[in-house]
Amino acid sequence: MLKILVCISHVPDTTTKIQFEEDGSKLNKTGVTFIINPYCEYGLSKAIDLQEEGKKVAITALCVGGPEVEPTLRRALAIGADDAVRIHAEPMDAGFVARQIAKYCEGKEFDLVFTGKESIDFNGGMVPGMVAEHLGFSFVSYATHFEIASDEAESATVRREVDGGEELMELPLPAVVSCQKGIAEWRIPNMRGIMGARKKPLSVVSPVDADEKVKTVALSYPPAKGNTRYFQPAEAGQLVDALVAKGLI
Amino acid sequence: MSVLLFAESSSRTFKKPVLEAATFAYDLAQQLGASLEAVVVGEAEESAYAELGRHGVSVIHKVSGDEFVNAAYAAAIAKVADLVGAKAVVLAQSYLGRAVAPRVAVKLRAAALSGLVSVPDPARQFDASRLSYSGKGVEEVQVNADRMVITVKTNGYHVEEHPVSFEVKSVEAPSAGIDAIALELIKASEGISLTEAEVVVSAGRGMKGPENWSMIEELASLLGAATACSKPVSDMDWRPHHEHVGQTGIQISPTLYIAIGISGAIQHLAGVSSSKNIVVINKDPEAPFFKIADFGIVGDLFEVVPQLVESIKRVQAA
Ligand SMILES: Cc1cc2nc3c(=O)[nH]c(=O)nc-3n(C[C@H](O)[C@H](O)[C@H](O)COP(=O)(O)OP(=O)(O)OC[C@H]3O[C@@H](n4cnc5c(N)ncnc54)[C@H](O)[C@@H]3O)c2cc1C
Ligand SMILES: Nc1ncnc2c1ncn2[C@@H]1O[C@H](COP(=O)(O)O)[C@@H](O)[C@H]1O
Repeated sequence: MLKILVCISHVPDTTTKIQFEEDGSKLNKTGVTFIINPYCEYGLSKAIDLQEEGKKVAITALCVGGPEVEPTLRRALAIGADDAVRIHAEPMDAGFVARQIAKYCEGKEFDLVFTGKESIDFNGGMVPGMVAEHLGFSFVSYATHFEIASDEAESATVRREVDGGEELMELPLPAVVSCQKGIAEWRIPNMRGIMGARKKPLSVVSPVDADEKVKTVALSYPPAKGNTRYFQPAEAGQLVDALVAKGLI
Repeated sequence: MSVLLFAESSSRTFKKPVLEAATFAYDLAQQLGASLEAVVVGEAEESAYAELGRHGVSVIHKVSGDEFVNAAYAAAIAKVADLVGAKAVVLAQSYLGRAVAPRVAVKLRAAALSGLVSVPDPARQFDASRLSYSGKGVEEVQVNADRMVITVKTNGYHVEEHPVSFEVKSVEAPSAGIDAIALELIKASEGISLTEAEVVVSAGRGMKGPENWSMIEELASLLGAATACSKPVSDMDWRPHHEHVGQTGIQISPTLYIAIGISGAIQHLAGVSSSKNIVVINKDPEAPFFKIADFGIVGDLFEVVPQLVESIKRVQAA
């Protein structure tokens, strides 16, 4: 039996026009739909793939967040997680979140922790490696392939992206795997999944004490672009001259 | 007090992201009145040490050994950080840097700051900025910890030389826990690494089919650029998936991004909007990409790109 924990972060939909509160303190959530972070969804899909290959797999979806993340966890259940856990805390910084996840794992004997390569809100990418370090698990980041021979295997074969290529690795379990495109295809929950999700267990767990070492003090927008300089199709040469003049080529 | 740079090595010279991290670390050390030291893991040549010296590193800690994977790198870096009482550990935001930094941060009980684009200001609780929301936002952070582990955004900081005299010290590799074992480097993609490239030529569904990519490759090779593509293009296997940029692909911030036959959907822009200069070639004047373009040509790419290639050849020949 493989016990898999899938860590899910709850993020604004990829089509969201990002707007902050006027004082720059936080995201303006008005009208924003939240989704499962797309990279976490690769991890979830991979866990379900393993189950569908006929392996004995138990999949727990976990999110550190307030009650507002529960629909996101329900969606994970609809896609195919067996149960869900919400750690009741505002996700402060990566260190805080990693500590919560690691603490939850203690004594539960997970074989695998699947995460996304990063959350598309703060794009930190720090949580997975921190969880691995806390738990003393092996770790592979930016995984594009994952194979395991059986549900009793002691290691998996993975491929990860590295500078200039991909690396084939042997990954002893237990392990943390941060997932990205290539590892699995996203799944669309079917009607049965959606109905079934209501009956699957979603438990709420209290957080442990941990400090916030990195504090977001302000959010603003990058300098506005615009003022496009247009050239006619026949003026490609002038575009090249403009690029040369700017030292770009 | 010191600032410790992880000088992720190639054996002879260091890649640009490492030199950006070095300049960043030097500037931070200056602000703190601290020394800049570096940790080099594995074998490196004299020329590599000299390059660190030129970038302001006064002490190089050489950790020998082979077969390093994430955990072993992290153990080595943390050991040296303790040895020199590092206030901050600075790494490039390369694949290796991203994999190792969180482990080091936990070992040192440090604040983990990823993808910084400005040096933390010691006078303001180490106030620093980074990009968030896939480049749609700028986040200002402050630190509430004695130590920091920082990754520096690739193409997010300049490179500057600050020559100093340096010494090299040897440190024994610490033992590290269990970790993944590298078996084989499968596919070293030829050409220039997308995440490190200064110029990127990218094309989308407007190309009609994979058979038309030779002009994109020619343009890229003339410019010394890496090639990239939109998601549908890699989904349809017109191009390899590691070229896919955007929200769900690779995020890049080159000096020049040339987008050809790409509409500029919000998810695509999320991966490229922090590029410093953007050229858009699209036959549709309403294509959303033009909204963030610095230079634009509204026209048929099958006419425009060959002309671009010819003009560049002319300029380069002159
Ligand atoms: C959750 C999610 C995540 C996503 N992540 C990403 C991502 O990471 N990266 C990404 O790229 N997309 C992503 N997408 C897809 C994205 O929404 C767009 O569908 C995609 O970027 C469109 O690709 P494209 O511009 O190549 O194709 P199209 O939108 O079809 O645009 C083709 C363009 O080519 C132009 N064109 C056609 N013929 C010519 C010609 N002869 N000369 C000049 N111009 C021509 C057209 O005017 C058009 O603007 C994601 C979508 C979702 C839902
Ligand atoms: N609040 C959270 N709850 C559960 N998992 C999280 C949370 N935040 C981050 N993660 C996991 O860590 C991965 C990387 O996130 P980050 O380090 O925040 O970029 C995500 O893809 C998730 O798998």
